[in-house]
Amino acid sequence: MIPISWYLIVGAVLFLIGVLGFFIKRNIIALLLSVEIMLNAVNLTFVAFSSQHGQISGQIFVFFVLVVAAAEAAVGLALVIAMFRNRESLNVDRSNLLKW
Amino acid sequence: MVQILFFFFAALAVGAAINVLAQKHVLYSALSLILMLTAMSVLFVLLRADFIAMINVIVYAGAIMVLFTFVIMLLNIPRDEDGADRLRWLKFIGIPLGLFFLFLIVATLWNVDPVRLAQPELVGSPQAIGRSLFTDYLLPFEATSLLILIALMGAVVFAKKDL
Repeated sequence: MIPISWYLIVGAVLFLIGVLGFFIKRNIIALLLSVEIMLNAVNLTFVAFSSQHGQISGQIFVFFVLVVAAAEAAVGLALVIAMFRNRESLNVDRSNLLKW
Repeated sequence: MVQILFFFFAALAVGAAINVLAQKHVLYSALSLILMLTAMSVLFVLLRADFIAMINVIVYAGAIMVLFTFVIMLLNIPRDEDGADRLRWLKFIGIPLGLFFLFLIVATLWNVDPVRLAQPELVGSPQAIGRSLFTDYLLPFEATSLLILIALMGAVVFAKKDL
């Protein structure tokens, strides 16, 4: 039997990788991929606690996280397409019209 | 045996996630993320969350990541323009701050009470999830359909030509 803390630490490391990707990458699609990594890390933590406590609620929450991730990917990629069509670049530093 | 499986697929997931950041071309990042999702599904199976493991492969790796790769190939994106940006120094702040954040998370998780409740072994079968979803969580489930509908309309509006 694998102790739960191992799963939690894998989840924490994956979440860290997602956060670092959000800091480091400048391509907006790479930023969306980093968000997906973070969501998956949280899913792993949810499922680990769910099986630790013998309750199904954690897995239900993973289901909802998945639905929100699907909606986020659809809307986010539509925005990416609109952004690329307007300024021929996916670099988030180039989209600075609202920057003071 | 289970430990070997866990270590192999945990290392695969973490390595693929690092590879997502290391790749210059975003298409390879997306393919690497698919590998990570598959490895995560094995971890879900090890936790006896069968249904979650299945929908992780079908919905995440199958639908969402196909959407990503489709958009990447549709746009024919040039290579990542890293290096020349003036925000490169973010890397030198971001990595120490991220490691500090990891330290905080691990320090918190280390104190998780390892007591196991006196309940039978939970198996996240589709039957159990479905029963819970359509009784206790019926209202959030219905709200989810509304969210999907709104996201669908939003995607259609954003994709119009004259935005």
